[in-house]
Amino acid sequence: MTRQSTLSPDTAVYRKTVPAGDYWIHVVKAGQVFRIVDLEGNQAADTLFYNAADPAERYSAIDTIREQRNVYLGVGTRLMSTAGNAMLEIVADTVGRHDTLGGACSTESNTVRYALEKKCMHACRDSYLLAVAEHEEFGLTKRDITHNINFFMNVPVTPEGGLTFADGLSGPGQYVEMRACMDVIVLISNCPQLNNPCNAYDPTPIEVVVWDAAA
Amino acid sequence: MATVRSDLLYQDEIDGGKHWSFTLRRGTVLRLIDREGGANVGMLFYNPANLLERYNAPDTLKCQYTFKLTAGHCLYSDMGRVFCSIVDDTAGWHDTVCGNSTKSMVAERWGRRSYQEYRNDWTQNGHDSFLVEAAKYGLGRRDLAANVNWFSKVRTEQDGTLVFDPEGARAGAHVDLRFDMDTLVLFHTCPHPMNPAAEYPRKPVSYELHRGDPAAENDPCRTSRPENGRGFANNHLYHLCG
Repeated sequence: MTRQSTLSPDTAVYRKTVPAGDYWIHVVKAGQVFRIVDLEGNQAADTLFYNAADPAERYSAIDTIREQRNVYLGVGTRLMSTAGNAMLEIVADTVGRHDTLGGACSTESNTVRYALEKKCMHACRDSYLLAVAEHEEFGLTKRDITHNINFFMNVPVTPEGGLTFADGLSGPGQYVEMRACMDVIVLISNCPQLNNPCNAYDPTPIEVVVWDAAA
Repeated sequence: MATVRSDLLYQDEIDGGKHWSFTLRRGTVLRLIDREGGANVGMLFYNPANLLERYNAPDTLKCQYTFKLTAGHCLYSDMGRVFCSIVDDTAGWHDTVCGNSTKSMVAERWGRRSYQEYRNDWTQNGHDSFLVEAAKYGLGRRDLAANVNWFSKVRTEQDGTLVFDPEGARAGAHVDLRFDMDTLVLFHTCPHPMNPAAEYPRKPVSYELHRGDPAAENDPCRTSRPENGRGFANNHLYHLCG
């Protein structure tokens, strides 16, 4: 299911373009609406959320999957925390399906998935680790880099228990939008993956947009 | 799949709704047995030499193109290494995406049985069980990640809907895990969070420790996918360098 947003970027309080291979860390306040735009299409936005008041409470892929009884994320999905609280709710989505099973790429997982020689290629978990190292004010470390959402990724599960990586459902200008239920730290690695045909081997920028509650 | 077990070193039984932990040396085979059917064993893995290295369910699933765990699969750390591999499995489907039961979930579904009133027949939950075992090693809630739920089958329908299949856990079923590196293992026998049983399912689990053979070049887990060959190559480097 898809749903268009009624919000215009002209009324946003914050807009920023995040190039592929960069991270973005930012606090989104309760009630604010947060949009990620897939500017050129089929890009993966690997995203983590933390309770800004208690970062030990964070987005939980498994609790989100189990509580909504579905492996795919879309309009109406409540993104659940490790403490069983809704952190954000997806309120608009022009794509229809997002993945939270596949995790973020790392240099180490690249050696397993692609080739041992790929070990020094830039990967999402390197971006996450640089983000926590450069932003000590959040008190995050490697132990806080947990299972994320891959916005714009399509990872179908078969009834027989198979996992496949399909062509993305996204395209240029597609977006997903969510309303924060608590103050959250948002940590995005805009995926630099060069080995996966999901992005046609061409990582591209995303845009992040924030509206105040009254917008 | 051929057995790799040899000497029986130890055997024990854990009642349903309990928790425990141990460090298993490389080369040990852990056999878990669902004695009565309907058991669930929640499990987490860490590298005892570097507790920041831990089981990573997404890496495990995506590198083997699977949603379920069964014989031939390897369980990966976030560092691209194989903690253990499933060398035998008569259950056929184990879950690693549905997480844990929690205090509020257990109370809502099966009622709250306090320790004060019921002593060891209280209704313990998976989340608290992991917190207790994790804390024994200096780990806390920031260190908990997606766990395995042995003997629990959760499949998906075409639209992604999750379906818990009680037929997945049969009496006498076992799964054998060969440890391919030293591993801290936290586990509990609390119910699966989607178990629809009318009563709190208090199912005992037996376990055995065997001496096992290391993965040979033609080991079925190593050769089941080219990815696993590279995972074992990462283990080889780790054991060379530490």
